[in-house]
Amino acid sequence: MAHVSLKALEKIYPNGYHAVHGTDLEIQDGEFIVLVGPSGCGKSTLLRMIAGLEDITSGDLEIGDRWVNDLDPADRDIAMVFQNYALYPHMTVYNNMAYGLRNRKISKEDIDAAVRGAADMLNLNDYLDRRPSQLSGGQRQRVAMGRAIVREPALFLFDEPLSNLDAKLRNQMRIEIRNLQKKLGTTSVYVTHDQVEAMTMADRIVVLNAGQIEQIGTPAEIYHQPASVFVASFMGAPPMNMLEATLNGAGAIEVAGLGAIGALNSTPYSGPVKVGIRPEKVKLSNRQEGDNQPFIHEFTEELGAARLVHGRLGDMPFVVNLHQEDMIPEGALFASLPVETLHVFEADTGKRVAV
Amino acid sequence: MKRAAFTHPWMPVLLLIPQLTIIVFFFYWPAVEALRSSFYLQDPFGFGGTFVGLENYFTLFQNKEYLRISLFTVIFTLSVTFFSLAFGLVFAVKADKVLRGASTYKTMLMWVYAVAPPVAGLLGVSLFYQGHGLITQIFALFGYEFVVGVNYKDTAFAMIAVSIWKQVPINFIFFLSGLQSVPRSIREAAMIENGSPFNRFWTITFPLLAPTAFFLLITNITYSLFDTFGVIDVMLRSEPGNNPMTLTYKVYVDGFRGNELGGSSAQSVILMVLVLALTVFQFRLIERRIHYT
Ligand SMILES: Nc1ncnc2c1ncn2[C@@H]1O[C@H](COP(=O)(O)OP(=O)(O)O)[C@@H](O)[C@H]1O
Ligand SMILES: [Mg+2]
Repeated sequence: MAHVSLKALEKIYPNGYHAVHGTDLEIQDGEFIVLVGPSGCGKSTLLRMIAGLEDITSGDLEIGDRWVNDLDPADRDIAMVFQNYALYPHMTVYNNMAYGLRNRKISKEDIDAAVRGAADMLNLNDYLDRRPSQLSGGQRQRVAMGRAIVREPALFLFDEPLSNLDAKLRNQMRIEIRNLQKKLGTTSVYVTHDQVEAMTMADRIVVLNAGQIEQIGTPAEIYHQPASVFVASFMGAPPMNMLEATLNGAGAIEVAGLGAIGALNSTPYSGPVKVGIRPEKVKLSNRQEGDNQPFIHEFTEELGAARLVHGRLGDMPFVVNLHQEDMIPEGALFASLPVETLHVFEADTGKRVAV
Repeated sequence: MKRAAFTHPWMPVLLLIPQLTIIVFFFYWPAVEALRSSFYLQDPFGFGGTFVGLENYFTLFQNKEYLRISLFTVIFTLSVTFFSLAFGLVFAVKADKVLRGASTYKTMLMWVYAVAPPVAGLLGVSLFYQGHGLITQIFALFGYEFVVGVNYKDTAFAMIAVSIWKQVPINFIFFLSGLQSVPRSIREAAMIENGSPFNRFWTITFPLLAPTAFFLLITNITYSLFDTFGVIDVMLRSEPGNNPMTLTYKVYVDGFRGNELGGSSAQSVILMVLVLALTVFQFRLIERRIHYT
């Protein structure tokens, strides 16, 4: 159990590629942190720096109260779960789990108790004598988890551990991992590019983009107060609708080609902006009133519990997420964009405009 | 699965004929011929022979020189196999660490492999050359006079050294590709769980190399027994005198130099049985385990 502290961590690969830019992050004891971002944004690099598998170019890394920059991976008191499981193919499940403990000079009895305890927790009792090649993907993932938990490390690191599993198993394992972590209370850093995993598992999400932290926050904060256009568009499916607009000093928002769509009470910023609205916040009607905007309906995706109405607002693509009971009105359609649900970002920096 | 069907049953037979012809004429026929003539005492001038049953074999096993050569062959095979595997592995592990330089490293070592055995033998001999050979000179520095082709031990040393030298590159290449196919994440998982690189190598990396190592073990034994003929021949220049030689070379010396076809055939039959045993052993073990996928 430990808190983890990243101070101005930088990573420049030997080929000169600057993969991680000055990263600051304080992880509380027992917290489940998810690093999320598109492929290539530096998630694995950051995780591997914490693990000690990549050198830290500059900055400070503390696990517990130890400065660990120069410690070997084996001395950092961590356990890592890899995307392809990385089980030792020549060892049985039992030995896979026992390997790390044996190297720590722990007594045979204690090792046996630890391995059997973990196997109990993960329903692996019947497979202890098997080789990894004789297991299904889900079982291998469990063994990888088992190998991590038997060592009772101060920190769990996960690098996209579920992305090799099919969708159903992924949902199941997601819940299992989260429950297990809650039970054990071990501080965890979990890397994924899957926003559903990020939203459902995290205590706090760290959104990364091109080696930089875009935002750190609880899933609700990330979803409801995205700090930038990037976060707003990355998190959420279907993604947030974005409209090009201008914000004047009085707070009025004027969308290019549409006209005024509402006004903020006050604004510290004026100029070109991007205005975002979540598809589920939009209301459709066939009456033109207030700042309603004409919506050109193109096609509908039926999702069962909801339906996605695709179309255009002016010449910009626009999606509305309707609840299953809400019918699409007949005739000409108008979209209302409640001003309190709008997200306004500066057009050039992409930063959220504080309102 | 899609199957290509032949329209006529004789078509596959026809296609196999060239291969079968080669096998029959160059492998089975000589083997059968060797077996047959091992039961005969050949007339030295080539006018037929007398059937003597197993006597050629009995003579062999009572022959002190044959037993001495067998012993040398065992020592020779073990040393060549062990050291060429060991050097190949050590170089491969080092090369694997500095992957960037590996391609030039690989090419450089492959050159040696591209050198034909008699040439390797010649080069090796030149290293051990009387007077100005590099290794002879090094020994001379320590006050030891190294004479290949005269002193039994010196010749044995040179034969073994040159044979190892020739076989290291192929072992290196196989071990290196074996090492590079160990998934990176497995090594990393081990790095997190085990702080000792030495212990990691023997508990994780080497077991994963076991299939490669086993394959190479068999290949190297076969090499030591048979493919070192060229190296030995260049060193002895067909005049063994009281120098060491291997069983394979002895077959040649007795059969072609000594015109003693019966005894020589018996010797080659013994070698054939040895290879057969080795092959059976190899297939048995491969069937049993050593692969993990
Ligand atoms: N060993 C390396 N040398 C140079 N560049 C690398 C190396 N490893 C990763 N990169 C680059 O660093 C960036 C971040 O990689 P990574 O952390 O693996 O991304 P992610 O896990 O978010 O998909 C990528 O652009 C990748 O190409
Ligand atoms: Mg990655």
